[in-house]
Amino acid sequence: MTDITLAELCIFACSEAFRGNGEIIATGVGPVPRLAAGLAKLTHSPELLMTDGEAYLVEQPVPIGPRGYDDRKAAGHLPFSRFFDSAVWTGRRHAMVTPTQLDRFGQINLSYLGGSHAQPKTQMLGVRGFPGNTIYHPNSFFFPAHSPRVFVPGEVDMVSGVGYNPAKRVAGGNYSGVDLRRIVTNLCVMDFGGENADGNRAIRVVSLHPGVSFDEVQAATGFPLERGEIVETPLPDAQALEIIAALDPHGIRAGVIKDNPPARRP
Amino acid sequence: MAARDVVASLHDGMTIGIGGWGPRRKPMALVREILRSDLKDLTIVAYGGADVGMLCAAGKVRKLVFAFVSLDAIPLEPWFRKARESGQIEVLELDEGMFQWGLKAAAFGLPFLPTRVGLGTDLAELGGLRTVQSPYEDGETLIAMPALKLDAALIHANRSDWRGNVHLFGPDSYYDEWFARAAAKTYVSCEELVDRMEDHHPGDAHFNIVERCFVSGVVHMPCGAHPSSMPPAYGWDMKAFKAYADAAKDPGDWATVADRFVGASEQAYLESIGGKEAVAALPLPIF
Repeated sequence: MTDITLAELCIFACSEAFRGNGEIIATGVGPVPRLAAGLAKLTHSPELLMTDGEAYLVEQPVPIGPRGYDDRKAAGHLPFSRFFDSAVWTGRRHAMVTPTQLDRFGQINLSYLGGSHAQPKTQMLGVRGFPGNTIYHPNSFFFPAHSPRVFVPGEVDMVSGVGYNPAKRVAGGNYSGVDLRRIVTNLCVMDFGGENADGNRAIRVVSLHPGVSFDEVQAATGFPLERGEIVETPLPDAQALEIIAALDPHGIRAGVIKDNPPARRP
Repeated sequence: MAARDVVASLHDGMTIGIGGWGPRRKPMALVREILRSDLKDLTIVAYGGADVGMLCAAGKVRKLVFAFVSLDAIPLEPWFRKARESGQIEVLELDEGMFQWGLKAAAFGLPFLPTRVGLGTDLAELGGLRTVQSPYEDGETLIAMPALKLDAALIHANRSDWRGNVHLFGPDSYYDEWFARAAAKTYVSCEELVDRMEDHHPGDAHFNIVERCFVSGVVHMPCGAHPSSMPPAYGWDMKAFKAYADAAKDPGDWATVADRFVGASEQAYLESIGGKEAVAALPLPIF
């Protein structure tokens, strides 16, 4: 058997974010989050709903990469034209995504970097659906390269998703739907269960991947992290590895983390 | 009507909505006709793809209302990026859901519709969006998403008759029907034009996404979504998107490449990409 890769460990860790969510739409954007949602549905959480990546709901997660178009078997219909009515604005969704920046409040950015809104230095996608996603339903994050460029000091350049920043909350606004769950990176798993000196929610490390230290994670993060009751991130079991391989027959996961390292550092 | 008649009915400074979603079912033939015209200073409202990129590159856009501009497999639309990074266009950046909410407000003749979306982000401040307070006991503070009123909307459909009975066969209408209802005039280009829908396809009426009272004119433009996708007729042309994206770097100057991506006429454009057969052979994308 080949070595378990760090990408596979991350998929396994990401899939835990979808455990016990109930009958909601699990959306994983990008190979690792998408494989994680599929793994969750095929193991501990069969009640999850998911799309084929386009307009239909499927009960068998669709493998990633090239394949015959008709492999997909639609069980339901969830086109973009119904997405806000059905999935987002009803709170019946949990998305796992990879923004460009995330700050200590959990505010995220995928709109632009540097310069000004009138003339950005680097224009990216635009806010897409992040403002709505983050105020209405749970969100988790995956980052393949943990660094201070992602986990930025201060605040993100453009707040595209709601976080736990008291200064950003207007009186009378309903923020009860803001629910940031899990952050999985190539180094660790974090959540928002910490509390900082001001009594606000803070990001804390809850597990470290094999061979990674808290100090290493802290050094790669642009803001102070809290320590949870830190354990070692568990390796995926044989069943999980088999499902991951079946959902990613072309091995696209090998290209997600630089140099595709093993889960256990040599 | 002909595409040139549609464009002749548009004026400098108008607010124009464009249907479709990113690289999907964009009325590209009508967009190309705008690119062949002298129209300018437009406010474009779109879930953007190459339609937005091309109009920005050609200097047609004064203001853009958007939530994203993307070609999916090429996530960052390179000509849109150039326009943004040079500061040449004014923008109103919105969440995808707020965007359709603004179209609905316009459709219903309301000044705004309330939403939680946008609270806690930079959107309200950057876009000058105001809040309203619920007059009921909850007293909730909400963003007042202003109506996105359109002078004209452009959409591309699989089939229509001359009255504007439009059929869409793909799995997703996106928000095309709301673009149509939000607009003073909506122009539809279609792959197939029939005289009277009821005489030809009475069993297909459930494919009708919007009532014909919202359609002002219909243009027969086969392959009119190319290079975007037109399910189930044809997929997107990723080779064409790639060539278009590469041209943003080299030579990087729209004027020198416009002819390749727009053509002197729609017929010349279609011939340059290998004709209708080549478009029909484009496989549907998989995800």
